[in-house]
Amino acid sequence: MSERIHVSIWRGAAEGRYETFDVPRYESQTVLDTVAWIQQEADPTLSYRFACRVGMCGSCAMMVNGVPRWTCRTHVQKVITDGAMTIAPLRNLPVIKDLAVDMDPFFDKWTAAEGQHHGTRTRDEPIVEIAPATADRTAANEGIECINCSVCYAACDTVAGNPDFLGPAALNRAWTLVNDAKDGARGEILDAISGRGGCHACHSMGSCAVHCPNELNPTRSIAGLKRAVTRRALGLSD
Amino acid sequence: MTETSLYLAQRLSAVVMIPLVLGHLGVMIYAVQGGLTGAEILARTQGSSFWAVFYGAFVIAASVHAAIGLRAIAGEWLGVRGLTLTGFMAATFFGLLATGLQAVVAVVS
Repeated sequence: MSERIHVSIWRGAAEGRYETFDVPRYESQTVLDTVAWIQQEADPTLSYRFACRVGMCGSCAMMVNGVPRWTCRTHVQKVITDGAMTIAPLRNLPVIKDLAVDMDPFFDKWTAAEGQHHGTRTRDEPIVEIAPATADRTAANEGIECINCSVCYAACDTVAGNPDFLGPAALNRAWTLVNDAKDGARGEILDAISGRGGCHACHSMGSCAVHCPNELNPTRSIAGLKRAVTRRALGLSD
Repeated sequence: MTETSLYLAQRLSAVVMIPLVLGHLGVMIYAVQGGLTGAEILARTQGSSFWAVFYGAFVIAASVHAAIGLRAIAGEWLGVRGLTLTGFMAATFFGLLATGLQAVVAVVS
């Protein structure tokens, strides 16, 4: 193991350049550790985003050697090539500065896909009982561990080619709500995700499923939405 | 037209085309291996309502399928939007339909 890592980091916004730093290497070092070292020891003006450092909050996603990753859970050893690596801001989102992107488009689409919970009961009523083994609940459970890190959004070539596309995370969220017995807006959700830029714009290329750090499969969720919209259009379901 | 109806139309046209494509390939292989000339093929197709329906359906399904697919490509790769995109899809559909049906008429009439 070499003692130093040559880390090229994007500096600037849409216009900018790569700047290279020599970072000391150690055992079990994460990509986020190297970014933190640069900001603390070499250049305090470096901007990046993180919070939990344990893969829960979804803040620290970046492009590492051209691949979107959660940097707090990505070991340097896994991605380093010839003693070097390149770190850039997430693809498909506007860059604010250096490694920090503007997440507004990502969350605006999440809202446009009716991603918020649509409750059916007041706090005075008993909570809806959910049978854990039903098909609906099983389908919802497969998608609910999303941490909204935007790795899938950055990985998606359809998002890159079609700015209207809601993206894998927003559609995956919609699919979990469509299957959630506690959510009361199935029709509104299906309306929201079947317009221009909705689930039909997905080409099922599967990059979201390949790169999701929590090993979710938004492609499968989007296929489920297509089936649900089709059944509804044919009058076979609500 | 809604995205859902376009999606359904494209899938339905694909389903229609599956047996037609297989039939077309089978006929081509049969005709080539049997050494049929153009005149011999025309003698079999002219006046045949079966081949008129077979290739007429093929042309309609292919026109629907291709127009919707090219609409998606024009939207993503060329940034075409709105009425221009709908016009492009309609022009593609009617262009393929007109030329395709002309070809069908030429071999069955």
